[in-house]
Amino acid sequence: MTNEIVKLSAAEMAAKVKSGEVSSRELVDAHLEVIEAAEPSIKAFLKVSGDVAREQADAFDAKSADEKAQLPELAGVPIAIKDMIVTKGIETTAASKILEGWVPPYDATVIEKLKAAGMPILGKTNLDEFAQGSSTEHSAYQTTHNPWDTERVPGGSGGGSASAVAAFEAPLALGTDTGGSIRQPGALTGTVGVKPTYGGVSRFGAIAMASSLDQIGPVTRTVLDSALLQEVIGGHDRRDSTSIPEGPRPMVAAAREGAKRDLKGMKVGLVKELGGEGFQPGVQARFDEAVKKLEEMGAEVVEVSCPHFEYSLGAYYIIMPSEVSSNLARYDGMRYGLRVMPPAGVPQTAANMMAYTREAGFGDEVKRRIILGTYALSAGYYDAWYGSAQKVRTLIIQDFKNAFEKADVLVSPTSPSTAFKFGEKMDDPLAMYMNDIATIPANLAGVPAMSIPAGLSDDGLPVGFQFIAPQQRDEVMYKPAAALEAALEEDWGGPIWQSMNTPWLNAAE
Amino acid sequence: MAEKLMKYADATKKYDVVFGLETHVELCTKTKLFCPAEVHFGGEPNTQLTPVSLGLPGSLPVVNKTAVDYAIKLGLALHCEIAEWSQFARKNYFYPDMPRDYQISQYDKPTNGNGYLDVELEDGTVFRVPIERAHIEDDAGKNTHVGGADGRIEGADHSLVDYNRAGVPLIEIVTKPIEGAGDRAPEIAGAYMRAIRDIVRALGISHARMEQGNMRADVNVSLRPSADAPYGTRSETKNVNSFRGIEKTIQYEIRRQAARLDEGKEILQETRHWDEATQTTAGGRVKSDADDYRYFPDPDLVMLHITKEHIAEIEAQMPEMPRERRNRLKAEWGLSDLQMRDILNADALDLIEDTVKAGASAAGARKWWLGELSREANNKGVSLEELPVTPADVAEVEKLIADGKLNDKLAKQTVAGVLAGEGTPDEVVAKHGYKIVEDTGAIEAAVDAAFEANPDVVEKLKSGNMKPMGVIIGAVMKATRGQADAKAVTKIVMSKIK
Repeated sequence: MTNEIVKLSAAEMAAKVKSGEVSSRELVDAHLEVIEAAEPSIKAFLKVSGDVAREQADAFDAKSADEKAQLPELAGVPIAIKDMIVTKGIETTAASKILEGWVPPYDATVIEKLKAAGMPILGKTNLDEFAQGSSTEHSAYQTTHNPWDTERVPGGSGGGSASAVAAFEAPLALGTDTGGSIRQPGALTGTVGVKPTYGGVSRFGAIAMASSLDQIGPVTRTVLDSALLQEVIGGHDRRDSTSIPEGPRPMVAAAREGAKRDLKGMKVGLVKELGGEGFQPGVQARFDEAVKKLEEMGAEVVEVSCPHFEYSLGAYYIIMPSEVSSNLARYDGMRYGLRVMPPAGVPQTAANMMAYTREAGFGDEVKRRIILGTYALSAGYYDAWYGSAQKVRTLIIQDFKNAFEKADVLVSPTSPSTAFKFGEKMDDPLAMYMNDIATIPANLAGVPAMSIPAGLSDDGLPVGFQFIAPQQRDEVMYKPAAALEAALEEDWGGPIWQSMNTPWLNAAE
Repeated sequence: MAEKLMKYADATKKYDVVFGLETHVELCTKTKLFCPAEVHFGGEPNTQLTPVSLGLPGSLPVVNKTAVDYAIKLGLALHCEIAEWSQFARKNYFYPDMPRDYQISQYDKPTNGNGYLDVELEDGTVFRVPIERAHIEDDAGKNTHVGGADGRIEGADHSLVDYNRAGVPLIEIVTKPIEGAGDRAPEIAGAYMRAIRDIVRALGISHARMEQGNMRADVNVSLRPSADAPYGTRSETKNVNSFRGIEKTIQYEIRRQAARLDEGKEILQETRHWDEATQTTAGGRVKSDADDYRYFPDPDLVMLHITKEHIAEIEAQMPEMPRERRNRLKAEWGLSDLQMRDILNADALDLIEDTVKAGASAAGARKWWLGELSREANNKGVSLEELPVTPADVAEVEKLIADGKLNDKLAKQTVAGVLAGEGTPDEVVAKHGYKIVEDTGAIEAAVDAAFEANPDVVEKLKSGNMKPMGVIIGAVMKATRGQADAKAVTKIVMSKIK
């Protein structure tokens, strides 16, 4: 029973809840069972909030039919939350030692919305410390394993959310995407990951990494589930000044329309700069095949050039660390989280306490970025570094504008490679940074993008296919994404995860 | 080590003074600049907080619209250009009272730029102070150092931090370097600060109470050999929080710097602080290139867009500015410069205006507030406003006089009753039965008695020497317990000596 329930899509679970076939409590219990069985090998969760989830599920189940009818379609379906998003009463650490034991006194706006929607919270998922990394290996607590091959990384920074959803520990999860932290783990775990338009989902309560790039988004197993979830969490929030003063776009309708697999009249732009050299042949092959599928469904494929994308990684690694250096200043041991007093013999001053706390509390990658950013913002360097990077950003926005004059939606492989082995890129930060080469431009420009599974590479590991849509037009990417998903699943004879070994599910049975 | 000082007159003769003021004005918005935490003076430590003002992970600032409107008002009052687009930046530095370890402040795109303020000096001279900018920023919390001798961090064994003030909106008004002030620099600085106080109070945007830290100034002073020489190195005296302190700081810095320059010593670019006890400034931190706040636009806050229409809306609601108001009232009340200055020095302008509005004559109102009531306030060591008497009370007393129901003496007794908490003037009058004696028989009897007691005076009066009339009136007043009308007494005396 458990196996069958947890393998359903969130939309299917919601339908069964609605018909009364299963209760929210049964969904929660089933997933908690899988979590217990899977966690020893997957380690996706930093914290499982079983009691909270059961309580929320019971509260939902106790509602009257009328009350339930007022709630969003996903009501009653449980969800996992990346530990970068604050949850009232549930320890939130950003996978950093510096926040160990911190229990937030407030909920992020997205958490308030999930609670209002009657969606129980299963727990907090692992990530690279403060979302800084592309493999989740930079977590201060544990290494999350890729369910497709537990010797490999799940991508990052949102490896915990992606693995939890891929391993059926949760039907849905939330992630945060600053340079690809939702989409790249999606690609590496064969799941769907969406970075909405910047400002489309409130950042209030999302622990800041790089404020001008961060965006909360859905992690799911189907395109429709992402659309349903994005409509729940999206919309204006007056507590986030960068939030767009409009409601969510009609994404669910677009996804349902896409499932009809008719893309006539749609122009798909192949981004010349995102592919080919540097991309694993198996990744490129699955991508090319998927593009053909789009063509077969009536889409017109055109090549577009975004000449400034080659500077995007450089600009990103100036802007992001600059904001990181400022955003992470508050972790100083004064008000919350870790405090390390200077050792005997060192003056017991506030400044020394801050220094010892930050030295002990932050990992190497976080320190690396704080140092980079501090340098980039320094007087005398600001114009050359931060100033130039902002100019590049403007050019990239212009590249997108030009491209969207020629095409309705842009496509590329999500990540240059499939999941790599633990430790493979830990000693080479630049190689690690290259993982995000195709995902970063969307963050720099604020446009929405998503990754869906495009099949398995020659190594038997999932490949991600990225759609990018114009700003505030998130629904535009949902239609072809749903169409491609349907077409590919027909070829595969079912969802991609059918090819995945899931020994923990048998254990849960 | 006491610093060498040059005589002030010599210093200002020998050197050209350039000074500047950076004035922090705390706005009296109901809530903080970036979150809905309410602001009250004197609350229990760490009670006026939200996740935002405590800088909790995930919290985001949102600009308080009222604070921006207040800034626009001040910008208009200071004749500034109001920027259509202004921006908040982050000023990064680690300090325990900064919840985020960065201050949010406007940097290269302030809301108000390039204005001026005309300030009037004691002798009526008007001096134009050029304004560089008036930008919005948030305040830090407050550190209390415990265990040291004088409350300073040196020698303390621990410190407490109160974040109630963290996030309270401030406007920092920065003057351009003020030239041409010469030996009147301290006076101009004091007049400027008072003018700012009057303006922000008139606008209703700040309580501007210096003793509560609502207003404080950083004072920059430099000297140069002559007005055409380049600026000298300046000292910056931080957080001076009284008008006198600001004046004294400038005076002291002029004397100190002049003495150093005379000895061929260099002026350090440093931050100093004003010590009220010793009436000196003391050296603090030497500024160096290492001070780098790594300013960059705050990505959490979109740019502020202020439309011309919005500015026009605010402009239409601007109250009369203090200087214009003073000039108008001076003319309306027919006062001399000196009379007006007495009113201002007594801080009685609002009280007198309100008394006039309540029906009293300007002369009557002025007489009470600058006379009897000023003396009373002085004796008690309180301000006029703190006296338990209102402009309406004073106007009521004046009306009783005008109606012939009280004479001066009874009026004073009535006001004394009001001050003693006996109620309104009418109540005091009723309680004591104060009234002018109109019974001419009783007055005549008293006059006769006075005549009998002072035959020499009667002789003088009869011979046409009216000087000692007061003796008789005084005696009559005494006999009637002050309730006789002096005019009526005079009339009866005159009829009797004919």
